[in-house]
Amino acid sequence: MLELIIVSTLNGVLYGMLLFLMASGLTLIFSMMGVLNFAHASFYMLGAFFGYQLSRVLGFWPALLIAPVLVGALGALVERYGLRTVHRHGHVAELLFTFGLAFVVEEVVQMLWGRLPVDYRVPPSLDFTAFTIFSTNYPAYKLFELLTAIAIFAVLLLVLTRTRAGLIIQAALTHPDMVAMLGHNVPRVFMLAFGVGTGLAAVAGVIAGPALVTQSNMAGLLGPILFVVVVVGGLGSLAGAFAASLLIGLVQTFAVAMNVSIGDLLAVFGAHLAPDAFFAEITQVTVAQIAPIVPYLLLVLILIFRPRGLFGTRET
Amino acid sequence: MSRAISRVLAVAWIGLMASAALGRADTLKIAYVDPLSGGGASVGQVGLEHFQYIADQVNAKGGVLGMKVEILGYDDKTNPQEALVQVQKAIDAGARIIAQGNGSSVGAAIEDFVAKYDDRNPGKEVVYINYAAVDPSLTNAKCSYWHFRWDANSDIKMEALTSYMKTRPAIKKVYLINQDYSFGQSVRTEARKMLAQKRPDIQIVGDELHPLLKITDFSPYIAKIKASGADSVITGNWGQDIALLLKAAADAGLQADWYTYYAGGAGGPTAIRQANLADRVFAMVEGFPNLDYAPAREAEKEFRAKLNGQSLWYPRVFNMMSMVFRAIEEAKSPDPVKFAPKLEGMKITTFDGGEGFMRAADHQFFQDMFVVTFGPLGANQPFDEEHTGWGTKLAGKVPADQTVLPTTCKMQRPS
Repeated sequence: MLELIIVSTLNGVLYGMLLFLMASGLTLIFSMMGVLNFAHASFYMLGAFFGYQLSRVLGFWPALLIAPVLVGALGALVERYGLRTVHRHGHVAELLFTFGLAFVVEEVVQMLWGRLPVDYRVPPSLDFTAFTIFSTNYPAYKLFELLTAIAIFAVLLLVLTRTRAGLIIQAALTHPDMVAMLGHNVPRVFMLAFGVGTGLAAVAGVIAGPALVTQSNMAGLLGPILFVVVVVGGLGSLAGAFAASLLIGLVQTFAVAMNVSIGDLLAVFGAHLAPDAFFAEITQVTVAQIAPIVPYLLLVLILIFRPRGLFGTRET
Repeated sequence: MSRAISRVLAVAWIGLMASAALGRADTLKIAYVDPLSGGGASVGQVGLEHFQYIADQVNAKGGVLGMKVEILGYDDKTNPQEALVQVQKAIDAGARIIAQGNGSSVGAAIEDFVAKYDDRNPGKEVVYINYAAVDPSLTNAKCSYWHFRWDANSDIKMEALTSYMKTRPAIKKVYLINQDYSFGQSVRTEARKMLAQKRPDIQIVGDELHPLLKITDFSPYIAKIKASGADSVITGNWGQDIALLLKAAADAGLQADWYTYYAGGAGGPTAIRQANLADRVFAMVEGFPNLDYAPAREAEKEFRAKLNGQSLWYPRVFNMMSMVFRAIEEAKSPDPVKFAPKLEGMKITTFDGGEGFMRAADHQFFQDMFVVTFGPLGANQPFDEEHTGWGTKLAGKVPADQTVLPTTCKMQRPS
C-alpha cells in the first residue's frame, strides 16, 4: 500500500507539473484578455512537433531552446495581428477567434506531419533509470521533466514579483488604462505576455512529446483539462495555477489507484444492494473507472462554491 | 450566343456524367472505414495499406470480373456516430462493400446501420465485411445477414489464450486491464469465466477498465499492477492503448508476463524490446511473419519490400479479400445480394496454409489460431519487428476445429 501511495504521488506530481507548464501561460493570458485562449493547447502541440523536427536536425537540447522561441514568436504574431484586431469586436469574437485557430493549427499539423504519431524519442543522454523505489524504476527523463517545471515556476514567480517588467504586467492586468496613462505601452506588454505564455506551452510540448505521444490530437486530449486548472486555481494567479495543477495531477492519479465503488461506500453506511437490484450496475462502478471525469467534477464544484477559484482575487 | 455556349456546356456535362457512370461500372469500389486519425490511427492507417496492397495486386492481374478494384479510405475517428456519416458518404460515392475493423462499438453501429439501410433500399443493398471488430455479440445476439467477420471473435481468442495459460503452472496471480467499452468488457468477463473453469487455482488480483484510446500515460495503472503483486496480465487493448501500456511497463521496469490479443501492433514490439521482456509477451494471431509456411513467408517478404519494412499484420485481410473476390466471380456480379450467399459456408486454404471456413449460421470465419511470443531471433526466424532485432515465435497452435464455439445467432435472411 505504501508503495502504491509513494509511486502514485510521484506520478501525480509529475503530471501536475506538466499541466502547470501550460497553465502558467494560459492563466496569464486569461486574466489579460478576459477570455479563455482555446488555442493554448495547440501551441503546446506545435511545441512538440517543432521540437521533434528540430531535434532530428540539431539534437534534443538545441531543440528545447529554439522550438519554444519560435512558437513564442508565432504566438506574439497571432496576438499582434489576430487577437488585437478582433479585440475591438468584444470578447465573443476573441473567443471564436481562438476557437477557430485551434482547428486551423490541428489541420496544418496534420498536413505537415500526418495523422500518425511521429517517432519522437527521449534523448539518449536522459534514457536511463534515475532511481529505483520499491522495485519500480523511475526514468531519468521524468525527473528532468519535474525539475524543469519547478525551475520555470521559480523563474516566473521571481520575474512577476521582483522585476520591473513583472510589476508592469501585474499592474496592466488590473488597471490597464492607468498603466497606459503612466506612459507604458500596454498592448506591447500584452503581446509579450502572450508570446511568453505560448512559449511556455511549447516548452511543455517539447518535453512532453517524447514521454507521451506526439500526434495531431494531442492538443485535444490536454486542452479541456487546462481550463479546469485555470478556473480551479483562480484567474491570473500563478500560485493558484501551481496549486491547482498539483491538485489535479494528484487527484487524477490517486483516483486511478482506488478500487472503491459507490456500492462499497453505501456499504459503509450499512446499505447493501443485491447484485441484481435496480441501479446495481451503477453502484459497481469504481472510482478508478471514473478517474478521467473527476477533474471536471472538481470544476463544477469550484464554480458553485468558490467562483473566484482557490487563489483568485476576482470573480471569474 | 450565351445560349449556344450553355447548350454546348450542357451537352459536355451530360457526356461527362455518362462517362462517369460508365467509369463506375468498371470499378469495384470498396470503402475502408476506420480510424485514420487519433489514437486508433496507428493501426487504422496500416490496415488501409493492406487493402491498397491487395487491390494493387489484383488490379495488376486484371481485376475482378474485369473491374478495377478501388479502395476508398474514410476516417471514422473510432467514433460510432462519425462512422455512420462516413458509411453514408461511402454509399453515396458508389461503394456497396464496407470494410471496417477497429472498434467493436463502431462495428456494432455499422452492422445495425447496414441492416436497416438494406431493408429500406431494396436493389441497393450493401454488405459489411469486418476484419477486426471482435465483440462476440456481432455474430451472436446482434448478428445480421449483411455482416461477415473474418477475425476470430473475442471469446474464441480467449478460449485459445486460456487453453495456453492452462499449460503454464507458474501463473498464480492475474491482473486484467481492458478498454472500457463493449469489447473490453467482454474480454474481462470471458477471462474470468474461462480461468475459473480451466485454472480455478489462479487468483485474479485486479480487474481494471480504462477509457478507450484517451490515456497517454499509463504509469498510474502500472503502479497499481505492480502493487497487486500480479505475475501475469491479460489485456485486449489495441492501438495506442497496448503500445503505451507496454511502454509504461517498460519505463517502470514491471516484470510480468503479458497475455494479450494485440501486442504486435504499432509500438508494441519496440516497448517489449525496451522492457527486455524476451518471450514474456504473448499475442493471439491467425498468422505471423515467422510461421514456417513458404507461401506466407514469400508474401511477407514482398509486402515488406513494397511498404518500407512494414510487417504484414493482417493475414485475415488477405483471407477476406480473396473470399469476397471469389464470391463475386462465382456469382458473376458485384451485387451483394448475389455474392453474399456464395460466401456462406465457403471453404478456403488460408493465407497461412490452414483450412478455414465461413459458418453460414452466424457469418463467423473459423481458422487456425496461434499464440506467439516476441524475443531475439533464432534459427529459421527471418523477420524481426519494428527494426528491434526481435521477432515473432510460435508458442502454441489451436486448430480451426477446436475454435468452433456455438452461436446464439438467429439469422434473418432476406426473403
